[in-house]
Amino acid sequence: MSWLQKLLPPKIKREGAPRKSNLPEGLWRKCPSCEAVLYATDLEGNLHVCPKCGHHNRLNSRERLDLLLDPEGRFEIGAEVLPVDSLKFKDSRRYPERLNDATEDTGETDSLVVMQGAIKTLPVVVACFEFNFMGGSMGSVLGERFIRGVQVALEQNVPFICITASGGARMQEGLFSLMQMAKTTASLTKLSEAGLPFISVLTDPTMGGVSASFAFLGDVVIAEPNALIGFAGPRVIEQTVREKLPEGFQRSEFLLEKGAIDLIVDRREMRDKIAQLLALLQKLPAAA
Amino acid sequence: MKTTFLDFEQPIAELETKIEELRFMQDDSAVDISEEIARLEKKSQGLTKDIYAKLTPWQTAMVARHPQRPYTLDYVSRLFTDFEELHGDRSFADDKAIVGGLARFNGQPCVVIGHQKGRDTKEKIYRNFGMPRPEGYRKAERLMKLAEKFQIPVFTFVDTPGAYPGIDAEERGQSEAIGRNLYVMAELKTPIIVTIIGEGGSGGALAIAVGDTVQMLQYSTYSVISPEGCASILWKSAEKANEAAETMGITASRLKTLGLIDKIVNEPVGGAHRDHGAMAQNLKKALQDALKGVSGLSTQELLAARYERLMSYGRFKEQPVS
Repeated sequence: MSWLQKLLPPKIKREGAPRKSNLPEGLWRKCPSCEAVLYATDLEGNLHVCPKCGHHNRLNSRERLDLLLDPEGRFEIGAEVLPVDSLKFKDSRRYPERLNDATEDTGETDSLVVMQGAIKTLPVVVACFEFNFMGGSMGSVLGERFIRGVQVALEQNVPFICITASGGARMQEGLFSLMQMAKTTASLTKLSEAGLPFISVLTDPTMGGVSASFAFLGDVVIAEPNALIGFAGPRVIEQTVREKLPEGFQRSEFLLEKGAIDLIVDRREMRDKIAQLLALLQKLPAAA
Repeated sequence: MKTTFLDFEQPIAELETKIEELRFMQDDSAVDISEEIARLEKKSQGLTKDIYAKLTPWQTAMVARHPQRPYTLDYVSRLFTDFEELHGDRSFADDKAIVGGLARFNGQPCVVIGHQKGRDTKEKIYRNFGMPRPEGYRKAERLMKLAEKFQIPVFTFVDTPGAYPGIDAEERGQSEAIGRNLYVMAELKTPIIVTIIGEGGSGGALAIAVGDTVQMLQYSTYSVISPEGCASILWKSAEKANEAAETMGITASRLKTLGLIDKIVNEPVGGAHRDHGAMAQNLKKALQDALKGVSGLSTQELLAARYERLMSYGRFKEQPVS
C-alpha cells in the first residue's frame, strides 16, 4: 500500500481492485516504456510497436499469426486437444477454475495455437504461444499440440516455426509438465532427420522450462528487441546470488552479446526476415 | 557415523539415545541388561518401519535431502570398478556439481554421470550444492557422445535441487545447455539408464534424466519445481510447502501410479542413509535388470521405444472442434 492510500480515510477507498487504466479500452494507450500516449489505431497499424521508442508490446497468439501468415490457406492444428486436471490440483484455487478463467479471458483453450499456412507463399507450420493463457505455461496440451504441429510439418515436408512467450512449466500439472520439455525437444530430432528448418522466435518473456528445452535449439534463433529471455527468473537469481543484476541482464541484446541467439529482428520486419531465411535454408530462389 | 534424525523421526531419536545410554551403562554394570537393549532395539526398528510406512510427500522430500544420504560417488565406489573420472566441457571449465567418467559395471565398460552434492560445508560449496552450471551439462553431453561412439551404456544418477540460478550460468547459456541435452539424449544411439537417487529438481534434473529406463529410489523425489518454490508462487508462502508437495505428486509411488517412471527401487528400513551398503545392493540388482531389459534391442528398436515413450508423456482429452 502506498503512503497516499494509507492517508486516505477508509470511506474514500474504492471498492474492489483498482482498474489498471482509467482510459477507455481501445482509444488511447500509454507506452509502458516511454510513457508516450498513443492513439490505439496507430499502435495497431504499427504492429503494437511504439512509434516513439520502438518498444515491442506483447501480442496475443492470433494477432501474431495474423502478422506472420498469409491470410489464405490457414488450417489450425491440435485444437481438439484439451486440458484435463489429472492431479486434482488445488492451491488457493482449483486448476479447472484457473483454466476456465483463462479461456474466458483469452478465448483460447490452452496456451499454444498451432497453424498450418504460408509466409509469403512459402508453406509452413507455426506454433505460437498465448502468454495471456496462464502465463503461456507449458503443460500436456501444449506439448501435444506442439508435436502434432511437428508431425504435420513432417508429413507436408514444410518448415516448423515456434514463437515463444512463456513463464515456464505449468506447475498445476506437476511432473507431466516437466516431461513436456523432453517431449517437445525430442520431436525436433525428426525435423533434423528430414532436413526441415526449425526457426525459433523468442518474444517477451521466454523463461524456465520453455527456454530450457526447444527454444534455443532452432536452426536459427531469433529474438524480438528487449525481450526477457532466460532460465531462472531475475528475482530468483537476485535472491540466490545476493547482488544486483547487470543492466539489461537477460534481455535480447544481452543474449546477442553473449552469443546465445543468432539475431534480433524488429517485429515490423519479422515476416520478411523469416521468409528470407527459409528461402536460404531451403535453397529457394530469392524473393523478387 | 552418528545418524542425523529429521524432525518427524524424533521418537526414534529418543529411543536411540536411550539405547545408547544403556549400552554405556552396561559396560560397568554387574547386571546384564543386554536383553533390555535388544528389546528396545527391536522397538526402534518397528517404530522406524511405522514412521516410514506413513511418510507424507513433504517428509519424503526431507529424506531425499537427508545430509547422510548416499550421493553419486558413494554408489560409484560401491557398484562400479575401474572408475576413471573425466573432467571438463572442453570450452570453459570443469563443473564439480556433475561428475562423470568411464567405469565398469559387472565388468562391462560403461559411462557414469551424476549430480554430486557435498557432505560438509566446504565440500557443499565445492560441489555448489549439487546445482550445475552450463559447463556441467556440456560435460555430461560430451560423455554421452563418448558412450555413443564406443557403444557402451550410460548410467545417470540424478540428485540436484535444480540447475544453478546464477548470473554466470545465465551468461553462458544455462537454457541452451539443458535443452541441448534433452535433444541429444532423445537420439543417443546407446542405452541410457536413469536413476533418481535423491532430489530430482526440475529442468536441472531432467537434463541428465531422459532415458530408456527411469527408476526412482523409494524415498527420492522428482518434481517440476521444489515444493517451497511452488508454494511461494501459488500460495504466496513457502510455509505451504507441505501442501504443495502433497498436490504436485513428487514421490516415487505417486509417479509410478501416474506412469511417469518405470520402477521403484526399495530402500532399507529408515531410508538409504541408514545403510549405504544395503541400498547399493538393491540398486545394483535394479541396474542389472534395467540393463538386461534393453540389451536385446537393436539400436533402431531402442531409439523407437525411447521416442514412443517420450511422445506418450502428458494427459489430455480430445474433443472434435465445433
